[in-house]
Amino acid sequence: MVRVDGSGTSSLIQVRGLDKKYSRGGEEIHVLQGLNLDVDQGDFVAFMGPSGSGKTTLLNLLGGLDVPTAGSITVAGDAITSMSRGALTTWRARHVGFVFQMYNLIPVLTAFQNVELPLLLTSLSKSERRKHVETALGVVGLSDRMQHFPRQLSGGQEQRVTIARAIVSDPTFLLCDEPTGDLDRKSADEIMQLVLTLVKDYKKTVLMVTHDPVVAEKADITLHLDKGALVESGKLAGAMAGGAR
Amino acid sequence: MKYARLLFANLFRKKIRLTLTLASFFTALLLFGGLAAVKSAFNAGVDVAGVDRLVVINRVSLIQPVPISYEDRIKQIKGVKYVTHQNWFGGIYKDPKNFFPQFAVEVGSFRQVFPEFKIPEDQWQTFVKDRQGAIVGAGLAKRFGFKVGDRLPIQGTILPGTWEFNIDGICTGKDASQESQMWFQYDYFKEKVGGSYKDMVGWYTLRVDNPDESGRIAKVIDDQFSNSSYETKTSTEKAFAIGFAKQFGNIGALVLIVGSVVFFILLLVTGNSMAVSVRERTPEVAVLKAVGYSDTLVLWFVMAESLIIAVAGGMAGLLAAVGLIKIVAIMGNLGGMLPSISVSGSQLALGVCAAVAVGLASGLLPALGAMRLRVVDGLRRV
Repeated sequence: MVRVDGSGTSSLIQVRGLDKKYSRGGEEIHVLQGLNLDVDQGDFVAFMGPSGSGKTTLLNLLGGLDVPTAGSITVAGDAITSMSRGALTTWRARHVGFVFQMYNLIPVLTAFQNVELPLLLTSLSKSERRKHVETALGVVGLSDRMQHFPRQLSGGQEQRVTIARAIVSDPTFLLCDEPTGDLDRKSADEIMQLVLTLVKDYKKTVLMVTHDPVVAEKADITLHLDKGALVESGKLAGAMAGGAR
Repeated sequence: MKYARLLFANLFRKKIRLTLTLASFFTALLLFGGLAAVKSAFNAGVDVAGVDRLVVINRVSLIQPVPISYEDRIKQIKGVKYVTHQNWFGGIYKDPKNFFPQFAVEVGSFRQVFPEFKIPEDQWQTFVKDRQGAIVGAGLAKRFGFKVGDRLPIQGTILPGTWEFNIDGICTGKDASQESQMWFQYDYFKEKVGGSYKDMVGWYTLRVDNPDESGRIAKVIDDQFSNSSYETKTSTEKAFAIGFAKQFGNIGALVLIVGSVVFFILLLVTGNSMAVSVRERTPEVAVLKAVGYSDTLVLWFVMAESLIIAVAGGMAGLLAAVGLIKIVAIMGNLGGMLPSISVSGSQLALGVCAAVAVGLASGLLPALGAMRLRVVDGLRRV
């Protein structure tokens, strides 16, 4: 169950009093202010909000790509906000799968080689790595495109390779930053169907940033970032209606 | 090895840039190899110079002779063990391009001063008894197919006329430069030149009992002949050889300056190439870090790329230099002028080290940049 009031006690992801400030051109921007969040294993959460509201910042903090100004993030018992840069890197390799809007595949590597990248950091043998990669590409329906380079794939196929790369090492949770933002509706629907399969069939925990309400609808819950804090979709609508009165 | 595919995929990403960068290293190391070979060829005499040998020449210049009467006076100086003398002949064998050094030597003392020359005793004895006899170095014999018993006509240049010699022996020395020479009897030389020149020699070479005494002995010799018509200049054989090589210019300094400039430019070119290459891949570097590649691993990827280019291009350039020097030596007939011209193992090793150093230095800044890159900053540059 997803909570934003900081009342969770044994959640997979626990965020408490998260603050993030940026200094830009001498001006201090307070992006996140005392944000709380609890996400359980198998939850599918969508984050929405206007540009600059801090969605990607939140995702970066949850993925250990950035450090907060204040507050704490604990994932499966690991307090990642107190980890060193090197320890965070190791932690990311084990626990986080990233899916980016622009796919971010390495153009000189085939789909197979791109998906294999996270596994090179493990002690798996070559044959074990092959088995894992083939399984991941099978899950995303690209078994017949393994030796294709990114330029030989459509946008939707590239994003599926990215998802395969994200799941190949069986991470604790997936962070998706506008995974359908660069796709047409049909491809976006296919990607969302794939994400739902990962959540339902493979019990993956997914946290996704999106601008698209149609995509957000697929999630178990949609949280809006408002004034640096998270608000549930229904409550935000109520607050806005109240404000209008 | 599991990262090799990623490494080489990145290397071959921009083939034209890779080719040009490799070509930069190739050209620089080709030049380095060539210059190093020329330098060592000019310094060949320095390398074989005896530590216990001094050379006495005319103070004015090497080409001015000194009287033969000096020999006995030099012998009497305390600490002098053996003395011999030589004259440069400078003749031509059939064609000027067949150049090789010829010296008139004193047979009685030559081997005492130059014990490194090895020759079968029977051949030496034949030479001693044959006024028109000559000894040729093994390299020279091989070059022209000379055999013991051959008749060898040499056209004089400084001393005109055709000089006939009998090849009585073939000797070996310390290196190719020593084995590319010809020696004949001073008595034959003296007999043919006649006039005032017959009582003159080109220079003296002497061996001393104790090399530590060389400085003192040199001073005694030069003091003894000061204020005479033929003042002398005495130096160690090594200093003499260096001075001889410097007649052609300061090859060592030239090699150093040209080499330094070339490597500095190479550093700038490769550094720029690597910086552009890494900057283009900033988002990919960020993704690698996002999925768990450590800062150190990313640093080594960039360094390894730079190093592979440096070593591959550099070694190709050095190997080309070795081949080219051989071809030029044969085609350009440098065997007589610069018999020792070749790229030595130590020079090859130095070249590889220089390439590695430039490779590491040029990759360092881009590698540090990639290492320090924050993932969030890198991803923003998509």
